[in-house]
Amino acid sequence: MLGYTVTQWIFGILAFLAILFALMVVFTRNPIHSVLYLVLTFFCIAGHYLLLNAQFLAVVHIAVYAGAIMVLFLFVIMLLNLNEDTEPQKTGLSKAIAVIVGGLFLLVMVGALKGADQLAINAKGHPDTGLMHRLGQVLFHEYLFPFEIVSVLLLSALVGAIMIGKKDTEEQTDTVK
Amino acid sequence: MNNLIILLPVFPLLGFLVNAFFGKKLNKQISGLVASLSVFCSFAAAVAVFIQLQNTEAHAVTVNVFSWINSGSLSIPFEYLVDPLSSVFLLIITGVGFLIHVYSIGYMAHDEGFARFFAYLNLFVFFMLLLVMGNNYLVMFVGWEGVGLCSYLLIGFWFKNTDYNNAARKAFVMNRIGDLGFLLGVILIFLTYGSISFQDVFPNAGTVSTGTVTSIALLLFIGAMGKSAQIPLYTWLPDAMAGPTPVSALIHAATMVTAGIYMVARSNVFYSISHVASETVAIIGLATALFAATIGLLQNDIKKILAYSTVSQLGLMFLGLGVGAYSSSVFHVTTHAFFKALLFLGAGSVIHAMGGEQDIRKMGGLKGKIRITFLTMFTGTIAISGIPPFSGFFSKDEILAHSYEHNKVYWVLGMIASMLTAFYMFRMLFLTFYGRFRGSAAQEHHLHESPPSMTIPLIVLAALSVLGGVLGMPEIWGMNNWMHHFLEPVILRQVPSTLSHETEWTLMALAVTAALAVIYLTYMIYRRYGITPALREEELKPWQKLLYHKYYVDELYEALVRKPLDALAVVFHKFIDLQVIDTIVNGVGGFVKSTGSAIRLIQNGHISLYVVSMALGLIGIVLLTFLV
Amino acid sequence: MINGISINMYLMLSTVLFIIGAVGVMARRNTIILFMCIELMLNAVNLLLVAFSTLHADTSGQVFVFFIMAVAASEVAVGLAILSMVYRNTKSIDSELLSKLKH
Repeated sequence: MLGYTVTQWIFGILAFLAILFALMVVFTRNPIHSVLYLVLTFFCIAGHYLLLNAQFLAVVHIAVYAGAIMVLFLFVIMLLNLNEDTEPQKTGLSKAIAVIVGGLFLLVMVGALKGADQLAINAKGHPDTGLMHRLGQVLFHEYLFPFEIVSVLLLSALVGAIMIGKKDTEEQTDTVK
Repeated sequence: MNNLIILLPVFPLLGFLVNAFFGKKLNKQISGLVASLSVFCSFAAAVAVFIQLQNTEAHAVTVNVFSWINSGSLSIPFEYLVDPLSSVFLLIITGVGFLIHVYSIGYMAHDEGFARFFAYLNLFVFFMLLLVMGNNYLVMFVGWEGVGLCSYLLIGFWFKNTDYNNAARKAFVMNRIGDLGFLLGVILIFLTYGSISFQDVFPNAGTVSTGTVTSIALLLFIGAMGKSAQIPLYTWLPDAMAGPTPVSALIHAATMVTAGIYMVARSNVFYSISHVASETVAIIGLATALFAATIGLLQNDIKKILAYSTVSQLGLMFLGLGVGAYSSSVFHVTTHAFFKALLFLGAGSVIHAMGGEQDIRKMGGLKGKIRITFLTMFTGTIAISGIPPFSGFFSKDEILAHSYEHNKVYWVLGMIASMLTAFYMFRMLFLTFYGRFRGSAAQEHHLHESPPSMTIPLIVLAALSVLGGVLGMPEIWGMNNWMHHFLEPVILRQVPSTLSHETEWTLMALAVTAALAVIYLTYMIYRRYGITPALREEELKPWQKLLYHKYYVDELYEALVRKPLDALAVVFHKFIDLQVIDTIVNGVGGFVKSTGSAIRLIQNGHISLYVVSMALGLIGIVLLTFLV
Repeated sequence: MINGISINMYLMLSTVLFIIGAVGVMARRNTIILFMCIELMLNAVNLLLVAFSTLHADTSGQVFVFFIMAVAASEVAVGLAILSMVYRNTKSIDSELLSKLKH
């Protein structure tokens, strides 16, 4: 079709959608809509993972980001009862500055990355890089120690989140006063 | 002998340390004893060194104490040199110094700063010894500055009196002006000859242009002007009489003020080469001698008279140096040290007897009350007036004879100066010791002879004043002028005397006749007609007023130097300090403050601003790394 | 080339997503949205890591993504806890009102 393969078409569509949804995340006024658009973006990225033969990561990505993290976001937004009316807005000037700086940044990055595909590639020759058993082998052999550390990190984040989020009764009375 | 030389200045230093650190705990007897003994030890050492020097072939001993400064081409050892010139000074300083120390035990007995006084005095002796023993100009300079410091401390010894402090400050500042000249001279010597050690400089003195030598000689002479109170830097010396009388005797008559003479005599080769410099020295000396002598005529403060007499005599010594009679000047330094120390100590004894009164208008008739003081002072007065065979006659006559040879006008003016000397000295003597007592009844009741610790030094000094002339008795008197021959090795370019014996006899006769005539005149004025100086200023005639006010030189300096400096200081304060410097200082502070508050706006806690800045920074880095 | 798609394309896509996230951080005041934008930037990086991992046939890149996900999850858990706490105290999650770090 028009000189492009199916994969290329799929990449193109997914890339377009990802960018579109990402833009919507930033420019939608309603926070709930932002969250939902971000979920959509994540789905598109998961699609890219599939294209890149990283099936395990794609599944984990959906599960962790779309399933856990974004639900947490959604939950907090609803808990705080945020909506379009409560949304603080920046002045037009700072928005313009943000966009201009972003545009400049993009321009510079595109310029800098122009010739990247000409770089030499030394493939190690494992076509099954993204498959689960291969990932598991690497993770539990070479990266066993970081993996354990991450478990500690998650545990401490869990404890920290509970500690911070816990209602401090004394402080509460202070605030009321 | 070398060890003796090294030990020589150490004794007074030890005495100083003991009195400075333990003075408050020691009682007065021990404190005074330690100080006097330390100087006596130095005196003994000086005598021993002096005797051994006679047997030395080279007439000079150099002792390297330690290597002091070694930096590149500059190498200055801390060296002592003992040769005829410095040995004469060593004997004067330690000998007269010892007598004055002994005298001070009696004179200062009732002073609460007793130990402090002796500490300063010992320190002074130490520095003075350093000054005359140094083998290079820098060691000399250390001593030079050290005696200046001690002079300052001792003039302001009674520091509770503001006038005394001002006098001390005046002495210090005037000396500083001279010291700058001296220092510049030393630097010029180093630049010219590459060394400041005497043995390197003097033999090569003639190898450079006369202009350079003249500059060196004149710069050194500026130093001598300050230290030895010559015009125009003499006004500090009369004011320095604010210090205790032994200090005036030791520092401001016998030793420190002759440091300038010593330095010029030491550097004699420069003055022999440069006629401009030697003429300058002679003229300034002569002018000072006359000027100070005329001021001395009408002073009423016994110490002030002696102070102006000192300035005048110093001028005479410089006249001698200027006309090339170096050994005569050193001879006069020696005899002057004897009789002027005697006169000052005698004056101290008079003041002591009068209970602190220094005004000769309130004295009179003291001759019977304080017999020893009177007799010794009488001796000193005759000695300074130039009556043979007292010591002052020979030294003064030698200088005058040399100036006659050099320039007859100098001789005439020198004669006038010495006649004025005879006048004011006898005026002082008559007013103080003869006639009737003019003080209060309480003072008359208080009159008493001083204790032996004060009178014994007076007697010793009186004996020296009488006999001191033997040291340099001229050939026509059948002696061989020992002083002259002794100092010969130090004087590099001798000017042989060509005066015939007849001329010498004539000059001597003239000098004696003139002195006697003046004494007779004085006697007529103050004894026969019993004239006493006016008690109130209004009774003075205009010319008397001029002299009484010392030609208004202090007022002139005040108007010419101090007032403009004050005005300048006000300008500096009002404009430079308050306007310029304060503006700069406050400006720096204000700048930092305002930039701080400007920069603070960036740190406003808004995340978006931080992100924008970070993004801009990243853009910059990427641009620089990949695209440039 | 990965399955016929140039690595340049992934680079561009990732850059664009990253910059959209950055612009979001610069342009919005709602702190929760800022968090989401940061997640977006993290994902842009993740995508590139996976792309290069596949390109080089090296699994390490995907392990990194795995770790990044774990870190992002921790960060969101703690961050949202902090935000809810802040909201409870200040009744606002406006980043500009929080600029003084006190209320």
